[in-house]
Amino acid sequence: MLSKDKKLELALTANEIRKEIIKTIASIGVGHVGGSLSIADLLAVLYFDEMRVDPKNPKWEDRDWLVCSKGHAGPAIYSALALRGYFDKSMLYTLNKPNTNLPSHCDMKKTPGIDMTTGSLGQGASAAVGIAVGNRLKGKDSYTYLILGDGESQEGQVWEAALSAAQNKLSHLIAFLDNNKLQIDGLVDEVCSLGDIVAKFKAFGWNTVMVDGHDVEALHDAIEAAKTSKDKPSMIVLDTIKGKGVKKFEGQASCHNANINADLEKECLADLDEIEKNLREGK
Amino acid sequence: MSFTVKSDIVAEKVAMRDAFCAKMIEMAKEDKRICLLDADLMGAMGTKPFKKEFPERTFDCGIQEANMIGVAAGLAATGMIPFAHTFGIFATRRACDQIFISCAYAGLNVKIVGSDPGVTAALNGGTHMPFEDLGIMRAMPGVTVIEPTDVTMIKDLLPKVAAINGVVYLRLVRKSCESIYGDGSTFEIGKANILRPGKDVTVIAMGYCVGQALIAAKELAEQGIDVRVIDMFTLKPLDRQAVIDAAKQTGSIVTVENHYVNNGLGSAVAEVLCEECPTPLIRLGSQDKFGEVGSRDFLADKFGINAKAIVAAVKKAVEKKNK
Repeated sequence: MLSKDKKLELALTANEIRKEIIKTIASIGVGHVGGSLSIADLLAVLYFDEMRVDPKNPKWEDRDWLVCSKGHAGPAIYSALALRGYFDKSMLYTLNKPNTNLPSHCDMKKTPGIDMTTGSLGQGASAAVGIAVGNRLKGKDSYTYLILGDGESQEGQVWEAALSAAQNKLSHLIAFLDNNKLQIDGLVDEVCSLGDIVAKFKAFGWNTVMVDGHDVEALHDAIEAAKTSKDKPSMIVLDTIKGKGVKKFEGQASCHNANINADLEKECLADLDEIEKNLREGK
Repeated sequence: MSFTVKSDIVAEKVAMRDAFCAKMIEMAKEDKRICLLDADLMGAMGTKPFKKEFPERTFDCGIQEANMIGVAAGLAATGMIPFAHTFGIFATRRACDQIFISCAYAGLNVKIVGSDPGVTAALNGGTHMPFEDLGIMRAMPGVTVIEPTDVTMIKDLLPKVAAINGVVYLRLVRKSCESIYGDGSTFEIGKANILRPGKDVTVIAMGYCVGQALIAAKELAEQGIDVRVIDMFTLKPLDRQAVIDAAKQTGSIVTVENHYVNNGLGSAVAEVLCEECPTPLIRLGSQDKFGEVGSRDFLADKFGINAKAIVAAVKKAVEKKNK
């Protein structure tokens, strides 16, 4: 359970992350907006509530780790990192510009706070298993958080990693599946359905729940529950909306990678301002 | 670097895999970061003694090479030094993108061990015969590509491989190979070994073909042809100067590799020759053919990488040079 104040604070932070995603992508005119907006609430809960991190010491040995295996959500992670103080917000607007440290897909060699390079889907899942095992070998009690996409989970490697995590009893691996139901070519269910994804992860030996991925309290509670796991990895399936928060994008496959010009940026930010107003008014 | 070459080429008494495992155990005792991963081939690779000694640092991932490489990358991200083994075909073909992105592009310290190179896959046949692994690995920026020649070399090189902060591909004969180097020899990664001085033609060889090159050179000496033999055990970074010196001093080159002639040793040498000092070159190796089943000797003959083929190629190289 979260206090009322904390709940509001996290919801507002998620909204701020969304605004920064829009501004960041608008600064270069195009980007992976849909799958970035869908995980903003999760990132607010992770970076501003659950994760043990030190923004001034991104490589802190005792930190919790985050692998965003759906590496194209870089703009979302960067926005959260900037708001958390890893680097100045002005750096966000260098996204994909020449010699930037913020490329489309997450790059641990370039960006402070990025724990694993991702972009070829499925690979972050295995890396997260390795990170969880490595930290356990080193006697750390750190948690490794992993964010997977639903389309991404069509990759066989995700399921290799799922077996591997269960085999290694990785109780400190907590994964999220951003079930926003859309991929580039349309509905996940129409391209290559994941079927009953909760049942599948359960069958692979994971603690598995599904929560509203846009409810910060539900996210907090699910993560806290996952932390009580003794010998199993945990999968929290997030019921989300691709493009969440921006009316023009919500539920549209085309927002996977979309153009945002100055006019559209204003329109997006107006939507998010309205959400902020409603949150503050307790609506 | 200080090595001696044995006068007679005989089979090693110790299998390469056993030398590999023994050295890994020795290294792991000294360095807690060393760990070993496999994809259900620990029995084949003879690494179960490592698992017995260090069960907590051994990860048999089962038959999932892509995941194994990703797990190795994750371990490396936390500061461990993972050595991940599977057959060369699975390592470089099946897990190619995982090596490329999760390890090399990510700048992580992962060692990939690909066993059963080329004709040494023998009775496992064409499906298991890597003739392209060197080419695949050579194409990845920043990756070091090494094929240790014998037991003496693998023992000396393994700690040096562990000390490199980056991706290393170690191409490794699993079973017995020919013993080339005297006990206590030491080697430098990236520095070719000149095994015979020679002035008429240079044979540049790797792995299995090094012993064959020495046998051929001995036979050719009796026929009055003085062959320089170079063991190019590091394919990348290639010892360019050794190639240039050989070209300038002997005027003709034969490369011989247990691999396709494309993208491996022959290609790497050709690149240097074209850029620095165009010189007649003959490349021995699989000529754009898939591997097939058979004994090592049968296949080495069929693909033209044994001493007999080298003798014939050197004679042609002499003719080319004199044209």
